Amino acid sequence: MAEWLTDNGLLLGLALLDGLAYAALVFMVAVGLNMVFGVLRIVNVAHGSLFAIGAYTAASVGIFFASLGLPAWASYVALLLAAALVGGILGPLIERLILRRIYGQEEVLQLLVTFALFMILEDVQKLIWGVQPIMQDTPMKFLGTVEVPFGEDTIPFTAYQLFVLPGVAVATLAGLAWFLRRTLTGRVIVAVTTDKEAAMAMGIDAAKVTLLTFTFGAALAALGGALASPTTSLVPGIGAQTIVLSFAVVATAGLGQIEGAAISALMIGLGRSIAVYLAPEFEVVVPYIIMVAVLLVRPQGLFGVLETRRV
Amino acid sequence: MSATDRALAAPPRTMRLPEALLAVLGAAALVLVAFLAPWLKFVLTVALAKGIAVLGILLLLRAGQVSFGHSMFLAVGAYTVAFLAPAVPEALLLLPLGALLAGILGLVIGLFVVRYRDIFFGMLNLALSMVLYSLLEKLYALTKGTDGIRVSGLTFAGITPDRETQEWVMFGLALVLAIGFGLLVRAYLASPMGRALAGIKTRETRLEFMGVSARRVLLFAYVMSAVMGGVGGTLVAMTTRHVTPQLAYWTSSGELVFIAILGGAGSALGPFLGATAFELVRVYAAAAVADAWQMILGGVLLAVILFAPGGLWGMLTSRLKGRGA
Amino acid sequence: MTHAVTRRAAMLGAAATSGSLLLAGGNAGAQQKPAELRVGITTFLSGAASVFGVPAKQAAEMLFEEINKAGGIGGVPVKAFFVDEAPGTDHLVGEYRRLVQNEGVHIIFASISSGSCLACTPLSDEMRKTTLLWDCGTQRIFEEGPHPYAFRTQGYGTPEVLAPLLYLLKHKPDFKTLAVINQDYAWGRDSWEMWKAGMDALKPGVRVVAEMFPRFGATDYSTEVTRLLAARPDVVLSTSWGGDLVTLVRQATERKLFDRSTFVLPVAEASLQTLGRNMASGHIIGARGDHWNNHPKPKDPARLAKFVDSYRAKFNEYPIYPCHHMAQAISAMQAGFAKAIAAKGGAWPNDQELANAFRGLTFDTPTSSITLREDGQGLEDQIVGMSTFTDRFPFAVPKDMVIFPAAMVSTPVGMKSVEWLKTLKPDILAQMAAPIAG
Repeated sequence: MAEWLTDNGLLLGLALLDGLAYAALVFMVAVGLNMVFGVLRIVNVAHGSLFAIGAYTAASVGIFFASLGLPAWASYVALLLAAALVGGILGPLIERLILRRIYGQEEVLQLLVTFALFMILEDVQKLIWGVQPIMQDTPMKFLGTVEVPFGEDTIPFTAYQLFVLPGVAVATLAGLAWFLRRTLTGRVIVAVTTDKEAAMAMGIDAAKVTLLTFTFGAALAALGGALASPTTSLVPGIGAQTIVLSFAVVATAGLGQIEGAAISALMIGLGRSIAVYLAPEFEVVVPYIIMVAVLLVRPQGLFGVLETRRV
Repeated sequence: MSATDRALAAPPRTMRLPEALLAVLGAAALVLVAFLAPWLKFVLTVALAKGIAVLGILLLLRAGQVSFGHSMFLAVGAYTVAFLAPAVPEALLLLPLGALLAGILGLVIGLFVVRYRDIFFGMLNLALSMVLYSLLEKLYALTKGTDGIRVSGLTFAGITPDRETQEWVMFGLALVLAIGFGLLVRAYLASPMGRALAGIKTRETRLEFMGVSARRVLLFAYVMSAVMGGVGGTLVAMTTRHVTPQLAYWTSSGELVFIAILGGAGSALGPFLGATAFELVRVYAAAAVADAWQMILGGVLLAVILFAPGGLWGMLTSRLKGRGA
Repeated sequence: MTHAVTRRAAMLGAAATSGSLLLAGGNAGAQQKPAELRVGITTFLSGAASVFGVPAKQAAEMLFEEINKAGGIGGVPVKAFFVDEAPGTDHLVGEYRRLVQNEGVHIIFASISSGSCLACTPLSDEMRKTTLLWDCGTQRIFEEGPHPYAFRTQGYGTPEVLAPLLYLLKHKPDFKTLAVINQDYAWGRDSWEMWKAGMDALKPGVRVVAEMFPRFGATDYSTEVTRLLAARPDVVLSTSWGGDLVTLVRQATERKLFDRSTFVLPVAEASLQTLGRNMASGHIIGARGDHWNNHPKPKDPARLAKFVDSYRAKFNEYPIYPCHHMAQAISAMQAGFAKAIAAKGGAWPNDQELANAFRGLTFDTPTSSITLREDGQGLEDQIVGMSTFTDRFPFAVPKDMVIFPAAMVSTPVGMKSVEWLKTLKPDILAQMAAPIAG
């Protein structure tokens, strides 16, 4: 074991750096999904489509900014603007026009409504952006690379991957924690998450809270997509992949848990990149194995609270 | 009780006769269509096969549980056929074998997942189906990965029929099995075990006060649904003659739940109504707008949920009732 | 109650429509000259592979329009019926039946995906419908059994792997280590198996330092790139394509992997336009054929220019290789029908006569000509070169191009590719033509 570690320890160190960036992206999507579930009690399958549309919008806005001759740093504004646009427009539209009609209905119907939305948005996205891969990597290029020492050698990593992605994720986590615990709106959201009926009995306008939460969750998904867009090429189908992975993160964490989502995103991110080195065959299976293993031991997820059964 | 709850609840006894009548009419209509439009025979066979798998989902829906990974059992049935066909080309052997393997997997997974309810039940099934999907995709040496395996030639009771005959045999086999499983599910739902399922949905703790183990009730239903998934999968594999990991992907499971809701969970006929409608909409949407068929399916699903939560079956029965009154 | 009435009316309407659709067609196989020549085309219209499928569909629509303006084929206008491959094989085989039995198509162009082709060719045997395999590359099709009604109107995996391998051996003969990163599906796996067989025969002793098969459609390769950076192989082989390749190249370029290792990218052509200046110079690139925009000596330069210019005018992008493969299938169809009609003295051919016409058929492409040999496989030349930038194109194109005649790099009829590749001798390098600057 010790010998193996000296041989591969450095490589595992590299895997940690990769896993961190990956975990950051997964966290951004999963945390929004989790918040929406906390308040609306709906697992939003279309959350992955919002991720994809966020990514595409960010690329379009970025390309538009570049065509205006704006400097490279403006591409970061494009990322934020895209998240705000998608969250601010699609979020309320979906919540008001569709989700609102099915609150309190069968869980399966709620799930399927978002599945229907997912199917529709997949094609909408294709109609708008076409099928050729789109790339807009100015934000990544703007910051250049950092040489990470590796024995005698050095390995270049992009500063974007090393600092921006984990940085934004940590800032989101801290910001959310502060918002939910220290502001009035945040506390109202927490109240509705914990006990919707009691909160409404105390005069909380649940309609407003659901609208706000869904919009916010949509914006987080779009921001996740926007952040991912400089590192990857955008193609049809990215939404479907993202959403299953976020499901795994959320279920592992426990539903409605913000910090839990961060930790399980880390576990899944690191697990995956270590697998690429040790057993690349199983890279894709790792997130689900982690999830199943965690739920075997803790049925409510790592940080979830056990719900009482209906009497 | 909301409209949906009513739609999901067991049908009143007075509905029995029309249900049987409709089943006979429906079967006759399918045979007629298959006869008139040969190419639809294939589509309808696949629809019947999926309908059998959806019957399994219906059982779980009765207990208020949604499996978003149920197509893994379909995939197990299908891959059983693909793997074993070169050694055992006999369809009438492969069919029970696929069902058996799916049932065994259902038992193993069931022992684990029946401890969970609602969203966790759904997500665990999803995760496990994704494990199966990833393995089918990744173990290339064994499964040929995403390209899938072509099912080699089959015999039926020792006979190798020509293509036309084989299409009819498959169609007939699917129809007979659909009717058989439909009757089985009806009988099961009317039995105390079946009625206890609805108890899990509404008042699980009371069920246990009465000395009924909710887990055992759900496990039984889960294994049954896995077997039906397996049967559906073997039929799909024998009909399409090519299996791919896509069968186990989460969107395929989503489709099965989609069909259950489209058809309506109120009757054992619902899944077949839903599956036939689904496959026909898909085929015609794909023919009309090849690059936006998903949107059309999504739109249909949305419309059904928002405006006809009882599904096609619900629409039919409310119509019949309206006429009777 | 009005509500119910409208619903009933709607349902009746729907039933009426589906009824008429049900009974449409059905008189397929009639031998008198049809009112239109119906062509079924399966291609990806959604999902990750639609980056190939949609441009090909556009090319088909453009060319069909041109053909119809010029009077159709044998005086009959052509009409395309497109089918999406993306929903899966079970859906596709149903669609194939629908095309034949309901739409009454006269000929089918099948499939981008090897999986789709493997499912469709046995159907062509069963339904006796001439099927042109217009893009899929798997060598298994004709090597695992005869398919009397199927013909592939372009090259396939073996020449598309062997040509870049020979090019590498000639131009960078002293490499000692190699890593492979391919998509995890038939093409990724088969192309590596063939490359390895050929490499071990022609240059034994090369050490393979990493074999990676990331999931098809993966969106993040940073871990794989890190591993390649740490392993420092002399050569990195990747037969990936589409969004996968674009992502891999971008992440690798950004992190200077292209400075450390020589890349061999046999399917690069379709992604170069998207990559633009993000592609590095001095790496080996292929096009699954010879249809480069800067082909050094196309057979019919005017036709190539016209095709490229009309496509650009219409869709505001350069045609990529799937567009050329689609054009080849259409040229083959024109030539095949002409031959069949001539053989029947001007009368319209039945399915059997049509299939007979394709065996041994030679047809022209803008860049060369392709012959369908006796097993149905088309012989398409390959051009491999070194990536570079010119003033003519805003994206990388090859220089130092070598034209590989198809017969030189294709497995002989009746042999299996991997077995044949194992028998190769280094003297095959001597047969290689001299590079053309480009």
